[in-house]
Amino acid sequence: MAHVRRLTVRARIEQLSQIVDFVSQAAADTGFNADEIFHIQMAVDEACTNVVEHAYGGSGRGDIGVTCLIDPARGLRIEIRDRGKPFNPNSVPIPNSIQGASDVDQLGAGGLGIYFMRKLMDLVEFHFDDRQGNLLVMEKRRSR
Amino acid sequence: MEISISEGQNRVDVVTVSGRVDSATAPELEKKIRELFDKRRHQIVVDLAGVEYMSSAGLRTLVSSLKTAKSHGGNLVIAQPSARAHEVIELAGLNTVLAIYDNVVDAVRVF
Repeated sequence: MAHVRRLTVRARIEQLSQIVDFVSQAAADTGFNADEIFHIQMAVDEACTNVVEHAYGGSGRGDIGVTCLIDPARGLRIEIRDRGKPFNPNSVPIPNSIQGASDVDQLGAGGLGIYFMRKLMDLVEFHFDDRQGNLLVMEKRRSR
Repeated sequence: MEISISEGQNRVDVVTVSGRVDSATAPELEKKIRELFDKRRHQIVVDLAGVEYMSSAGLRTLVSSLKTAKSHGGNLVIAQPSARAHEVIELAGLNTVLAIYDNVVDAVRVF
């Protein structure tokens, strides 16, 4: 049967390991294997790093709220909320390395985090509204 | 994350990294490599055998360090990445940019 777990931490880089541990436990309890848990960890780490560094601009002010909906039959749904700057995923470039750049001088710094999230999870959705702030929803489904 | 540095007599240095390389720890790796650059040492092997986890922050550190090394006529190559580190490098498409060797001896020999 599905159940819900919630965690709220300050939006600081040093808090991210607490979020990653929390989500990893939820992933294990959903029944994912070690490789899948690693992929979920990566996606959540990248997402929360973006919140700390971009939504809150590294200020350390504000919270990150993480909700896990654990359903061993279907999969894991992760909701990440913040009240920082609105995030527009369309403003993030596709990493040059993914587009086949093999010259190191052509490589930019940005975009890898979101690329990883989309590559590793089955669903990635960004929402924003003035009252609730940013909401990122990611899902990883159990393979049948 | 743990880092150890062995400065080689042939001016090739081996940076051995283990544990988690993420947004919390990547700045420390960047700092250690920059200290080598400050000593005009730009021929670097990064041994990733003990890396349990690496995020895009770790990859950015490797790529920016590679750029700096190359701009000074040097290079930065990867030795014996763990399965996790290798997967992340490939996922990012950086295996065409970062030279990867099976062991440290082979990596040192390319300089």
